Amino acid sequence: MRGLLFSLRSLGRDLRSGEVLVFIIAIAFAVGALTSVGFLTDRIGKAVSLQANEILAADLRLRSQEPIPETLKDLANDFNLVTAEIMWFPSVIYNKEKSALSTIRAVSDLYPLRGSLRVSDTLFGEQRKIDEIPLKGEIWAEASLLARVGAEVGDFISIGELELKISSVLTYRPDQSIGFSSFAPSVLINIKDIPNSNLIGEGSRVSHALLVAGQENEVNDYKAAIENNLPESVRIQSQEDRTDRVYSATEKAKRFLSLTAVISLLLSAVAVSMSARRFTSKRMDAIALMKSLGATQGFVITVALIQLFLFTLFGILIGSLIGFAAEELISKILLDLLQQTKLPSAGIMPVILAALSAKVLVIGFALPSLIQLRNTPPLKVLQHEITAPAPSKILIIGLSFLSIGTLLYRSFDDFSMLLVVIGGIGMVAILLYLVGRGMAVFFGKAFKGVGVAWRYGFANVSRRGRDSAIQIVAFGIGITVILILTLVRTNLLDNWRQTMTNEVPNHFLINIQPHEIESLSMIFEANNIAVPLFTPMVRARMTKINSQSVKEREYPNEEGEWFVNREANLTWANELSSSNKIVDGKWWPSDYEGPPLISIEEEAAKNTGLAIGDRISFFIAGNEIEAEISSIRKVNWDSFQPNFFITLSPFSLDNMPTTFVSSLHIEDIGQSLFPELLKLHPSISIIDLGVIIEQVEDIIKNASSAVQVIFLFTIGAGIAVLFAAVQSTIDERRFESAMLRALGARRSTIFVGVITEFAALGSAAGILASAGASLIAYVIATQLFNLPFSFDLKIWLVGTLCGVIIVCLSGCLAARTAINAKPADFLREAAN
Amino acid sequence: MLIDKNKIIRDIIIRMSHKSQNNIKVLEAKNISKEVTSLEGPLTILSDINFEIYQGESVAIVGPSGSGKSTLLSLLAGLDTPTKGNVVLNSTNLSNLDEDGRAKLRAESVGFVFQSFHLIPSLNALENIMLPFELAGNKNARDLSWKIIKSVGLQDRWSHYPSQLSGGEKQRVAIARAFATEPAVLFADEPTGNLDSRTGTKIMELMFEINHNLSTTLVLVTHDQNLAKRCDRTISLDVGKLVSDQRHNE
Repeated sequence: MRGLLFSLRSLGRDLRSGEVLVFIIAIAFAVGALTSVGFLTDRIGKAVSLQANEILAADLRLRSQEPIPETLKDLANDFNLVTAEIMWFPSVIYNKEKSALSTIRAVSDLYPLRGSLRVSDTLFGEQRKIDEIPLKGEIWAEASLLARVGAEVGDFISIGELELKISSVLTYRPDQSIGFSSFAPSVLINIKDIPNSNLIGEGSRVSHALLVAGQENEVNDYKAAIENNLPESVRIQSQEDRTDRVYSATEKAKRFLSLTAVISLLLSAVAVSMSARRFTSKRMDAIALMKSLGATQGFVITVALIQLFLFTLFGILIGSLIGFAAEELISKILLDLLQQTKLPSAGIMPVILAALSAKVLVIGFALPSLIQLRNTPPLKVLQHEITAPAPSKILIIGLSFLSIGTLLYRSFDDFSMLLVVIGGIGMVAILLYLVGRGMAVFFGKAFKGVGVAWRYGFANVSRRGRDSAIQIVAFGIGITVILILTLVRTNLLDNWRQTMTNEVPNHFLINIQPHEIESLSMIFEANNIAVPLFTPMVRARMTKINSQSVKEREYPNEEGEWFVNREANLTWANELSSSNKIVDGKWWPSDYEGPPLISIEEEAAKNTGLAIGDRISFFIAGNEIEAEISSIRKVNWDSFQPNFFITLSPFSLDNMPTTFVSSLHIEDIGQSLFPELLKLHPSISIIDLGVIIEQVEDIIKNASSAVQVIFLFTIGAGIAVLFAAVQSTIDERRFESAMLRALGARRSTIFVGVITEFAALGSAAGILASAGASLIAYVIATQLFNLPFSFDLKIWLVGTLCGVIIVCLSGCLAARTAINAKPADFLREAAN
Repeated sequence: MLIDKNKIIRDIIIRMSHKSQNNIKVLEAKNISKEVTSLEGPLTILSDINFEIYQGESVAIVGPSGSGKSTLLSLLAGLDTPTKGNVVLNSTNLSNLDEDGRAKLRAESVGFVFQSFHLIPSLNALENIMLPFELAGNKNARDLSWKIIKSVGLQDRWSHYPSQLSGGEKQRVAIARAFATEPAVLFADEPTGNLDSRTGTKIMELMFEINHNLSTTLVLVTHDQNLAKRCDRTISLDVGKLVSDQRHNE
């Protein structure tokens, strides 16, 4: 109680002291940075997520082979969610005597709930967005289908007992990538036409979907409410379930944001820790005096803790205000950058989380220094040079790891990334410390013959031994983190963008019969289009795993169960596709002719619990084949190449009914050949990937803008850390400069000395930081983002130069008062 | 709350009478030695020091630099502990107390004046004097401190910070702070060491005056022979040993 009263009474006076202000500013900066990063991650995350939800045409999609119970729809309405329904089934459409198999999609009003349909008025004509669905009695059909039956916009076609007018050419559905390779070309009709169509009878293969969309929390609540009570036939699909290009891009975008957030957090931790060290060292004299006047250890620590709490609170308040202001600014910048009119609103959550994070940071990084105050010997009042015993290293390291671990565990579940970033930075820190100590010893012995100013500078590095090493660590970590983020912002983002160059396939051709390949190749050659690779595809059903029926087996999750029970698309290949990477086992030799082997995709293997050596049986058009898993692959789903979960060795699928798929890049101008191509090969379907490419490009753009903005914050935080590192020895430095000047040293001599010292520290930190940052960025790029990485010598140059310039500049700024002021002032001040 | 003047006068009279008796032991050094570990091995700073100090006495500890004066002061005040021997302060053996116990005893019985003043830079003159009251949880810290700051003649400069005060003024604030809680023993470490001789003399006048009025026991470490002569007694140290213990009035 006495401690509390004393703390409150002395609060105002403490606030006047400089070191408290530095500490509060550090906390405010940490909270400000974390809040803004939080706001950004939240907002951009939501924007990206909404974009990615387009692929479902909803936020949540319930799918079933039977009609979805009305209760689920009613419940969605109770949760303030909007709904739409889809039914789809295969059926033949007729244009007079011509007919073709198609997938009929009957949709209700409001479809699609996310994203927009696109249509054109003529075959392969210019497409436009449309916010309606076909009116009752009308039909929108894909171009390939119309070409196949020789119909045009305005004609009537019949399906079952319906006679429908073609009012538009359907060019894009947001949810078209869901299982697109399994179905014939689609037509869109109004669900109100279904009752009169006589198309659906008993035993019809009709699939149903209920689309749900609304506020994120309400969607999540709804999902939670229905998840455990769903009829067996109903399956929930949400964006997270998907493994495709857009999802993959979304994941990458989120990883970029997480990465920058982790880095901001680490920098804030360093800033808090350094300012707490300075706070502690500045307070030690006052504490010693209080102890000599009779303050007990308990009293001292109580006061320190209460003050720490109050200062942190001040810091949090100021930081939150900065965060809100920054958020306003960032939103404005982002609106411009993203050319959007509205960003999803960010909640208050980022502020709460940042405040909690700041508290945890303070516990982990400031508390150990403050605990040191408790042990300040009262004897310090008589012997100024003695200091409190340093807190136990185990305590410091334990608390800091615990706090940073807690924060990171709460914020990010991406362990591989945390391991790379924190492990990498930890290793760089150790290296920096060792080199720092080495430099101190080296400078102590070398440079005896150089001028007085240089000798003074080098002697300082050597004399401060441990402090020099700690400064190099602080400088080095600051620079490393800035460089990593620079590399992420430039190298990684550029490489990601480059994966979306003009050469990215923008069309998929499916249902190509083996005999059509030659003719297709000729058409492409004649039109100066590079002949693409034709990938074989065989429809199959998985029947047994290790001789046990797939129905009887247990699977790690629902995804796995769904995977083994669905109709599978198999392929075979001699060579591993460039967008695939073996993560376990071995790919077969290109001339392999032995018993059938399987290479399975990593996620599919995980979901189904399949491993190398497992034997899978497939039922293919009346035949059964068995093959053994020999490798597990990681697939780069955003490569826009045809990719398969299951690939077999050559000759495994000989004599099985095979069609081919292909992806190719065709400029707009080349698209005019499509009508001719379809006339000659009516069974082929062409899928335009343009919109999906646009989506991925948008996501990349969003993520890049966000990273750019956060980068500015992190640079600020990094420079603050560098300044804090210089500030930590400023008192000693001032006194020394004053002493040297009193002894007759010229200002320029001291100035050159200071520059020499900081240049030595800065260049060591810069070189090591460049090396560390390049290596960490390399691991991040290749292991976490599956992106190529090229080492850039420029970074080394920039890193080292930055090290020297920033450190010298901040050093000179910090030391300038000492260099310029009258020596007597400082000596007098020091004596007091 | 108003201070009862009569009570203060009564207290002073009681103390004066104690001083005249001059037989109450306030401080006792019993065979104390202090060793520290240095790079060259153990180093003896003080060796086998014995003496007793009585209530109201003023004692100067003198000796050349490195003779162990300040170390002896820190042991007597309980700021440090001897390697061997005991210090008894106000009938309490300091060796039997832990750090908090010694802190409590200092709060009750000890005041300090330092060579480098040791004022807290972020507190003004009055707030520096309030500090011991506040540490003791005294709710009238401000009123009591106001009386004391007047007694050292700094009432017009109460709101000034240490950086705005001259050396003599700082030491006056420090003396006011030291006597604020009317300690049984006041320890002073080279109290005039950082002051010019004229200011130093004035400061010592002030210190002896308050010491006399409050009947405090005064133990001071000094190089200044004139200052030592003003004390009742001089203890001389050389190379960590007590070489003489002289009473001037005898």
